[in-house]
Amino acid sequence: MSHLIFSNILVLSSIALAAAVILYLVSKKFAVEENPLIDEIEGILPNANCGACGKAGCRDFAKSCANADEATFSGLFCPVGGNKVMKKIAELKGVSAAQKEDTVAVLRCNGTCKNAPDKVEYSGMKSCRLAAGVSVGRSGCPDGCLRFGDCVNVCRFGALHIDKNTGIPVVDETKCTSCGACVNICPRKLFEIRPKGKDNKRVYVACRNTQKGAMARKNCSAACIACMKCTKVCEQVSVENNLSYIPTSVSAEQYGQQLAEACPTGAIIYTGNKGIKENEQ
Amino acid sequence: MNNKKTFSIGGIHPDKHKISSHIAISDAGLPAEVFIPVKQHIGSPAKILVQKGDKVKVGTLIADADGIISADVHSSVSGEVTKIEDIQSETGYLEQVITIRVEGDEFEPGIDRSPDIVSEISQNAEEIIEIIRGAGIVGMGGAGFPTPVKTTVPEDKKAEILIINGIECEPYLTADDRLMVEKAEQIVIGAKIINKALGIQNAVIAIDENKPQAVEIIRQITKRYVGVNVQVCKTKYPQGGERQLIQALTGKEVPAGKHPIDIGCIVQNVGTVFAVYEAVMKHKPLFERIVTVSGDDILNPSNFRVRIGTPASFLINKAGLKENSVGKVIFGGPMMGRAIVNMDAPVTKTTSGILVLPESEAYKPDETSCIRCGKCVAACPVGLQPYAIARSIRENDLNEAKRLSARECIECGSCAYTCPARIPLLDFCKLAKYEFKKRK
Repeated sequence: MSHLIFSNILVLSSIALAAAVILYLVSKKFAVEENPLIDEIEGILPNANCGACGKAGCRDFAKSCANADEATFSGLFCPVGGNKVMKKIAELKGVSAAQKEDTVAVLRCNGTCKNAPDKVEYSGMKSCRLAAGVSVGRSGCPDGCLRFGDCVNVCRFGALHIDKNTGIPVVDETKCTSCGACVNICPRKLFEIRPKGKDNKRVYVACRNTQKGAMARKNCSAACIACMKCTKVCEQVSVENNLSYIPTSVSAEQYGQQLAEACPTGAIIYTGNKGIKENEQ
Repeated sequence: MNNKKTFSIGGIHPDKHKISSHIAISDAGLPAEVFIPVKQHIGSPAKILVQKGDKVKVGTLIADADGIISADVHSSVSGEVTKIEDIQSETGYLEQVITIRVEGDEFEPGIDRSPDIVSEISQNAEEIIEIIRGAGIVGMGGAGFPTPVKTTVPEDKKAEILIINGIECEPYLTADDRLMVEKAEQIVIGAKIINKALGIQNAVIAIDENKPQAVEIIRQITKRYVGVNVQVCKTKYPQGGERQLIQALTGKEVPAGKHPIDIGCIVQNVGTVFAVYEAVMKHKPLFERIVTVSGDDILNPSNFRVRIGTPASFLINKAGLKENSVGKVIFGGPMMGRAIVNMDAPVTKTTSGILVLPESEAYKPDETSCIRCGKCVAACPVGLQPYAIARSIRENDLNEAKRLSARECIECGSCAYTCPARIPLLDFCKLAKYEFKKRK
C-alpha cells in the first residue's frame, strides 16, 4: 500500500518539476520587456483606479509616466495623489515635477430645503438624473440641486454626504481628491473643481440659475438675481445670462468677505469665516 | 380577415377603467386666456410670426415651421396676443408660449364649419401633403412627429399598407374611441386621403375588441369605401405601440433602429387621420383636439373638444373635482403619462388625456429585492430583460445596458406594472436612455 503512495508522490512531483522547468524556460524566452519604472511608479500611486487622470487606471497612468519625456510628463497629473505623489514620481524619473495648486470640488448651488422648498411631490426612483429627465425637480428650479445624491453614490472617496438639515450634498475637503466623478454625474453640472485656496478660503457663486431674477427668486431665495452688486466689489466678476461668475483668479482673501456681504441673496459663498461647513445655514 | 390579432411577445392586461367611453364629446368652451407653445412636436420649435398686441382669429398662423422636422402653429382662439413669454410646461421646465386673450370666437374665412361630410378627394398627392403641412398636423397619439414628413415616402422605400391606430390601449383614455364612434365616416375618408398621398390602395383601421360600438360603426362605413378595412385586435397593452401594432397586423417586426416605412408600413393615429380630413376637406388647421378628462377623482369624466393652449386646470374645473382631492394629475394615460408639475400647463396637440387619480391609485409602494422571477422579461413587448438593465444601471455600467439594448425600450411600463417586488424597472430603462442621449 505504501509503495503506491510513494510512487504517486514521485510521479506527481516529477510532472510538477518538469512543468516548472518548461514554464521557467518559456517565461524567459518570451519575456515581455517592460520598463521597471512602471512597477515602481505604480507602487507610489494611490491605486484608486478612479480614472481622474484621464487614463484607464493607475497601471495605465504609471505606463504613461514611465514612457513620458520631460515635456509630456508635465502634462500628467494624478489628482488623487496630488503634488506629493507627482514629486516622488518625478524624483524617480529624475525630472522636475509640475506643481499644481490643490483643488477641491465645490457645489454651485445653495438650494437647501429652506431656500428652495419643495413645491411638488416626486415619487419616482430616487435618482437625480432620472428626476431631471422627467421633470424640473421638487423645488421648481431648472438648474438647482435635486437633492437625491447621485453624486454621493458616485464618490469613491466618501467625500460627499447629504446634509440632513439642508438636503444638499456637502463636500468634505479633507477627503475630496477632485477626481471629477461628481462633476460628470450631476445632471445639472453643479460641481466645479476650484483651487482650495490659501487657508481654505474660497469664494464662489453658489448658483447656476440663468433665469431672470424675479423668476429665479420664485423658486429659491438664495438664487443669483444678477443684481450686479458683486461686479462693483471686484471688476473680474462677470455677469452673463443673468448669472454671476467669480473666476478662480479673484483673490478670496482680498475680496471674499466683501463679495459675500455684497450679495443680497446669499448666492455668493465665502468659506473663510465658516471653515468647511460651507453649506450649513 | 376578421379573426382577432395581437402582438406575439409580452404584454399585460391592466384594468380598463374606461369610465368615460359612453360619454359623448362635448365642447370644453373657451378659457379667458390660452397659452400656445411653439414646440408641440418633435423637432425644432416653430418661428413666431406675431407680436404683442396683434389681433388673431381662430386658425390664424401664428408660428411658422422652422425646417423640415417642425410644424406650423395656429391660433386656437380669436383675440389679442398679450404676451410672448416663457412659462412652466407640464414638466416644470420653461417653454416659450404665445399667450392670447380670448375675445369672441371669430374664425378665419375659408374654414368650413358646416357638419356636411365631403368625400370627393380632388387634390393630388403633393397638394394633400402641402395642405397637411400648412395645417400644422403632427402625430396626435403622443409622439408628435410631424405628419407631412411621415406621409412623404422616401424615394428608395415603398409604402405598402397604411395602418390607422384606433387601439387606445391606455386605461382611462377614451378620446380616440369617442372620435371613432362620432366621426367614423370622416376618419374613413381621412384614411382614403392619406392613401392617396402615399399612392397606395390599402388601409387598415385597427380597433381593440373592447370598443364594440366603434368597431360596428366603422365596419358599416368601410363597406362603402374600397381599400379601407377594419381589423379587430385582442385587447392587450401596449397594442397601441407602433411597432407592436405592425407586428400584430402584418406579422413583420420593425428591425431595431429602423422605421416602420422600412418594412412598408405607415401608422397614423385616428386623431391624426381626423385632423387630416378636416384640413383637406374643411380647410381647418389643427387648433383643437379631443381630450379625455377622467380619473377617480373627477366628478364627471368627460371627452372634451379642447382648443390647443387651454390650461389643464380649466378642463379639470369644467369636469369637476371631487371634494378633498389631493391626488396626482397626469397628462396622458396612467401607464405612459407623466404627473404634471404645473396645473396651468396648456393642452398641446399631443395631449390625449388629463387624469386626476386619488392617492390610493397613484400610491407607489416601496421596492423590495428582485427575486429573479422573470415576470418583467415575459411582459416586455420588445423582448428586453428589464431586471438586467436595472442591475446594470444600479452598477453604473452603461456599456452593459447598451449591450442589453436598453435603447429599444418603448417606455410602456409593462415591466414595472408586473413586477412583484415593485421595482421601478421603467425608471431604470428611462435613466439608461437619458444617459445614452448625454453620451452622444
